[in-house]
Amino acid sequence: MDLNPSLRRALIAVLAASGLATAGVVGAQERFIVMASTTSTEQSGLFGHLLPLFRQASGIDVRVVALGTGQALDTARRGDADVVFVHDTVAEEKFVADGFSRKRWPVMVNDFVLIGPAADPARARGVDIAAALGKLAATGAVFISRGDKSGTHAAELRLWKLAGVDPSAARQASYRECGCGMGPALNMASSTNAYVLADRGTWLSFKNRGELKVLVEGDRTLFNQYGVMVVDAARHPHVKQALAQTFADWVTSPAGQAAIAAYKIGGEQLFFPTAVRR
Amino acid sequence: MSPPLLVLADASVRFGAVEALCGVNLSLHRGERLALVGANGSGKTTLLRLLHGLVPCSSGARVMQGHGATPTVAMLFQRPFVLSLSVRQNLWVALWLRGLPRAERAARATDALRRVGLEGLAGRPARDLSGGQQQRLALAQAWALRPDLLLLDEPTASLDPSAKREIESLIEAIADEGVTLVMSTHNLGQAKRLAHRVVYLEAGRLVLDLPVAEFFNNALPPVASQFLKGELPWI
Amino acid sequence: MNTVADSFWLAVRLIVDADAALWHIVGLSLRVSGTACVLGTCAGLLLGTWLAVARFRGLGVLVWGLNTLLALPSVVVGLLVYLLLSRAGPLGPLGILFTPTAMVIAQSILVVPLIAALSRRLVLDALRDGGDQLHSMGASPLLAGAILLLHGRFAVLTILLTAFGRAIAEVGAVMIVGGNVDGVTRVMTTAIALETSKGDLPLALALGIVLLGVVGVVNLAVCAVQARSPLARDALV
Repeated sequence: MDLNPSLRRALIAVLAASGLATAGVVGAQERFIVMASTTSTEQSGLFGHLLPLFRQASGIDVRVVALGTGQALDTARRGDADVVFVHDTVAEEKFVADGFSRKRWPVMVNDFVLIGPAADPARARGVDIAAALGKLAATGAVFISRGDKSGTHAAELRLWKLAGVDPSAARQASYRECGCGMGPALNMASSTNAYVLADRGTWLSFKNRGELKVLVEGDRTLFNQYGVMVVDAARHPHVKQALAQTFADWVTSPAGQAAIAAYKIGGEQLFFPTAVRR
Repeated sequence: MSPPLLVLADASVRFGAVEALCGVNLSLHRGERLALVGANGSGKTTLLRLLHGLVPCSSGARVMQGHGATPTVAMLFQRPFVLSLSVRQNLWVALWLRGLPRAERAARATDALRRVGLEGLAGRPARDLSGGQQQRLALAQAWALRPDLLLLDEPTASLDPSAKREIESLIEAIADEGVTLVMSTHNLGQAKRLAHRVVYLEAGRLVLDLPVAEFFNNALPPVASQFLKGELPWI
Repeated sequence: MNTVADSFWLAVRLIVDADAALWHIVGLSLRVSGTACVLGTCAGLLLGTWLAVARFRGLGVLVWGLNTLLALPSVVVGLLVYLLLSRAGPLGPLGILFTPTAMVIAQSILVVPLIAALSRRLVLDALRDGGDQLHSMGASPLLAGAILLLHGRFAVLTILLTAFGRAIAEVGAVMIVGGNVDGVTRVMTTAIALETSKGDLPLALALGIVLLGVVGVVNLAVCAVQARSPLARDALV
């Protein structure tokens, strides 16, 4: 093929440019981390608000895989995630103790609320969650539990313990474990007019409320602690520890904390920053 | 006499427990026209397939010898199978399977279609053709290969009388070019018209092997003559 | 019923508004399931044809196994592929978990048994009609099988569309190996699952209607291509 010299040069230029462009795309693709988090956090919409701000600040893409807390931690244990962002302090501390991460940083709190039918047959309405749960057990009102090893499920079990009630023993039929996420549990409660413990974030974005209302809120024991952990590269060498650390640093920095506080649904703030100033 | 084209020496064919052919001795010379007759299940189809080489002998031998190159064998079945392609494309597939180069394929295809009178229908879907036309296509496929041996398994059994006559004249035209013919048929008139030699099969055994004139005129074993008499209304 | 009516109009609005995020999700669904079907077709047709013409002891067991795999739950495929691709698993170093590549692999595995089992039946039945003829024309068993696939190409197309339907409509496998990551591995079905669990039922149904609409357009395109073939006549898929 006898190409005109200038045409040949143009062809080389185009090839070089596309080579660079591809390299650029590949390069951009390299700057991402996988974050294992919970379905309730994702469904609250926080990530849709927070992560674009982080990308602007650092150029790093955060790919969120939303699972139950137990599953999220297992995913990180297997090395399939670079950073973990969940809300089960006990499980997180075990994660660190087992050597999968060097440190847990507290990030924010949100709270749980007890949701139930507006008619409130068990008369659970009030400010004391332990008392409310006691009344639910006493009246045999139907309660939907997530039953899925999630942070919310763990919190729920702790609250039953606080109330001195063993929910699975007493009145089996009225304690229903669905093994599902927060949204489906709320759907079930909505369609059967049952009681359910939910995180405020999911509740505020939940659209299928039916007759459900918030019945108990504000009790200190209902507060839900979030922590971030970077998976240790000593344990899983392929993990993008530096990039993950950038995220952990940012989310606990004044900028990240302010972004968290700025997230509102219907004018209501969902998450309250708690990172310790360094 | 020149050496035989194909020899079956005490050949038997078994399918599992069933013996379809037993101890068949047959030699075929170039240019011969053989008719195979016998009741259903007597082994005519198996014998044809053995002659082609589609089934192996369970015992005995099948020996084929040509002048230098391996002889080409083509076969026609009672119900022609045509692919859901055009008439010409069906021919191409047959020629392509035999490894013929492209230019030669095109030339032979056109020639064969003309010979059987299907050149006007070359672009039509082959499945749209009538039974007789499809059998003509099968003949074209066979002809295009320039076979040394042409085997036919009741080729006109499923056709109406006018289609029958067309096919018979085409078969005769092929045979006139020197192609060796072995044809199984229920139609004794057809056997009389087309064959030089008739072979009668019964329960997998080759019972009679006679020139056509002798077959129809001489005294025959009772079973054979019963068979013939039973078949007579079909002539 | 109100929800269904609301969802229908919501679906229309979604399509008309041409929301970029929605079309990204639709495009990803088509690319993932389309690629999986192409790969599955190559493997499935080969396997099906081979099973139709092969003769050996143990063939029956293989066929039984294949037919049983027709009932393979998509979640199970997802789990198996996840274990394979996880960093803790044998193919971990490839680092393709939670990417569209992993989803393609999982869906390919899902459709191969379907394509293989159905094409095997197709070739077997066709061999009964034309096997002898093709054999006598000099075709090896596998080549005869391939020719018969060409012969039955409209039926093969239906098989492929069935496989595509199975792939694009499944949620279990892509959820587990893809992780439903926003903007990266979120496809139509995982988006529907997400909106359902968030309680936004009208949107979930609307997305379902959009999915059916997209598949409907694909089928229309296939019909149009077929109609141009003179051999198609009444063979519209």
